[in-house]
Amino acid sequence: MTENTGRLAENIVYFARALRAAGIPVGPGAVLDALEAVKAAGVGTREDFYWTLHAVFVKRHEHSLIFDQAFRIFFRRRGYIDQLMAMMLPQAPNAPRSPEAGATRVHDALFSAMEDKLKKEQEIELDTRMTVSDREVLQKKDFAQMTATEIAVAKEAMKKLVLPLAEVRTRRLAPHPHGHLLDMRRTLRASMKGGGGFIDLRFIGPKTKPPPIVALLDISGSMSQYSRVFLHFLHALTDARKRVSTFLFGTRLSNVTRALRERDPDDALAACSASVPDWSGGTRIASSLHAFNKLWARRVLGQGAIVLLITDGLDRDVDDTLGFDMDRLHRSCRRLVWLNPLLRFEGFEARARGIKTMLPHVDEFRPIHNLDSIADLVASLRVSGGRAGDPKAWMQKVA
Amino acid sequence: MNKTSPRPLPASIDATVALLAEAEYLTDRSLGTVLYLALKMGRPLFLEGEAGVGKTEIAKVLAQTLGRRLIRLQCYEGLDVAAAVYEWNYAAQMIAIRAAEVEGEHDRARIESDVFSERFLIKRPLLQALEPDAGGAPVLLIDELDRTDEAFEAFLLEVLSDFQVTIPEMGTMKATHPPIVIITSNRTREVHDALKRRCLYHWVGYPSAARELNIVRAKVPGIGKKLSEQVVAFVQALRKQELFKAPGVAESLDWASALTELDVVALDPATVSDTLGVLLKYQDDIARLEGSKVKELLDEVKSELRAAE
Repeated sequence: MTENTGRLAENIVYFARALRAAGIPVGPGAVLDALEAVKAAGVGTREDFYWTLHAVFVKRHEHSLIFDQAFRIFFRRRGYIDQLMAMMLPQAPNAPRSPEAGATRVHDALFSAMEDKLKKEQEIELDTRMTVSDREVLQKKDFAQMTATEIAVAKEAMKKLVLPLAEVRTRRLAPHPHGHLLDMRRTLRASMKGGGGFIDLRFIGPKTKPPPIVALLDISGSMSQYSRVFLHFLHALTDARKRVSTFLFGTRLSNVTRALRERDPDDALAACSASVPDWSGGTRIASSLHAFNKLWARRVLGQGAIVLLITDGLDRDVDDTLGFDMDRLHRSCRRLVWLNPLLRFEGFEARARGIKTMLPHVDEFRPIHNLDSIADLVASLRVSGGRAGDPKAWMQKVA
Repeated sequence: MNKTSPRPLPASIDATVALLAEAEYLTDRSLGTVLYLALKMGRPLFLEGEAGVGKTEIAKVLAQTLGRRLIRLQCYEGLDVAAAVYEWNYAAQMIAIRAAEVEGEHDRARIESDVFSERFLIKRPLLQALEPDAGGAPVLLIDELDRTDEAFEAFLLEVLSDFQVTIPEMGTMKATHPPIVIITSNRTREVHDALKRRCLYHWVGYPSAARELNIVRAKVPGIGKKLSEQVVAFVQALRKQELFKAPGVAESLDWASALTELDVVALDPATVSDTLGVLLKYQDDIARLEGSKVKELLDEVKSELRAAE
């Protein structure tokens, strides 16, 4: 460290700002903690200083990488300046090393100007005088054939569809008028009111809560229109309750849960699109499911989650791992619901190899192409099971 | 309960690492730094990581080396105030009320003050941790916080901020010396940011080959030099495979002691296949490795060790 301690406190504050710009949420409280921590640990070796700041600023395992890159750029050794200059200049005299994964991101955050805001689409004037028959037509109209006006109206309708879904019993006990367990604490306090002469029984029973929902959406070419509309539904659902996790997959898997937490639906969807590079690309269902099982299953499927898998099941290369990963996914969650827009075709039969592999491991198999189908989905989630979405019917037809 | 007298907190990062090494808990510099800061700044320590890497162990080791009491709160879904902080001994209270009645005692205020006194208070771990202790502040281990729900987390946040608990009938109990708090999580659920911000966070990963070798040699004293090298190299190679659950440090220690019990001097495919159940706990993983894969892996490991010599 070549700075004298007079500037160190300032530099730590600036470093915190850099981390904030790079995406790690650092509040003013954390900055004060950092100063306290450095005072407590002393300014010793570079490694100790690194871990001291790491202990205070990094609160999630994922932020560790960003912190590492930011620290290296901010508290750099002298030789690093040349590399940084090489990154910034368009034509360097000696070819620079390609920057590491996090470095460009941190570099952009620190040195580039603010990004241009996304331009909103031109406002289309809505004709709000919809007759009853128009509304009925809209309920049945395929999402892929809707005009922008109709999609806007459909979005409004979906917001109203988000009603409380079936609740599950949790292990937490709460006061309940007809519970079957005695609540000793409240019983005793109630009987103290009467001087202990008689015992006024109070009961507790298990609380119920809606289960967590995990949505895996296919955003490859054929599916992107349906997924986009379904994302609106998921955004409304995320607004309505906690524990909704959303993942988009095409050629790779991305977690967009945080993006969907934005209040405004358009902002939320814009944030989703920004974070996913392979929209309307190809599909690799097997590898995406494998990635989900390996990295995310244990973190989001706890406490009896319901998994909504939205894909058409048409994968270019199908191998044995697809069945294995579907089996694992099925075993890790409470209910696996497959929503397939191909079911809009009257004569649909489960002949494609991918679909045949995936069908046995699924609890429900439903269509997803219009508002009616989404309403059916909500209704079915209220009641567990139901004959309409039974995958066995589809498997028998082909067998 | 240990009988050693309480020691003062370590004065530097080196002292912390040395303190843990006394009980044969070999840690790297990063964890030593975070632990030292947590002790010095009086903040809770939040440890996250895969199962079996030694998160719970560090609390036990800390309590042992510092000579403090270890109070353990094991979290589960539905954990509430009654099980975590305090509960009244209702049966005894009812008997006391009846007895007072029989004796002719009618003064309600006196009955209440007698019934709601410390005599009938069952103290659970969080309240025990706040009690004054002549032996210095205890170590409070809150294990597997991700198993509880958000309601308990909110309550815990309040307790950890002020280290005081209010019992309506008796008043507020505040800790004279705040306990040393260590929270662990297996990341089956995202713990709320507000709680993590209050703590100093550290991700406990799998150790490097050199450190794991030292750990195995320290914890399994009777193990041969060659066997320990092979065991550590094999487990490190296993972690690079596509397994559902990679073996942790606890598993490699179990395997090392199992092999020592079996008087094995060097690894061979048959022994490894037989004892694979000690390392891997999922049938899918064992099935994937059975047969030729074990031999392949073992040959690779042995050739690497030979090349390194």
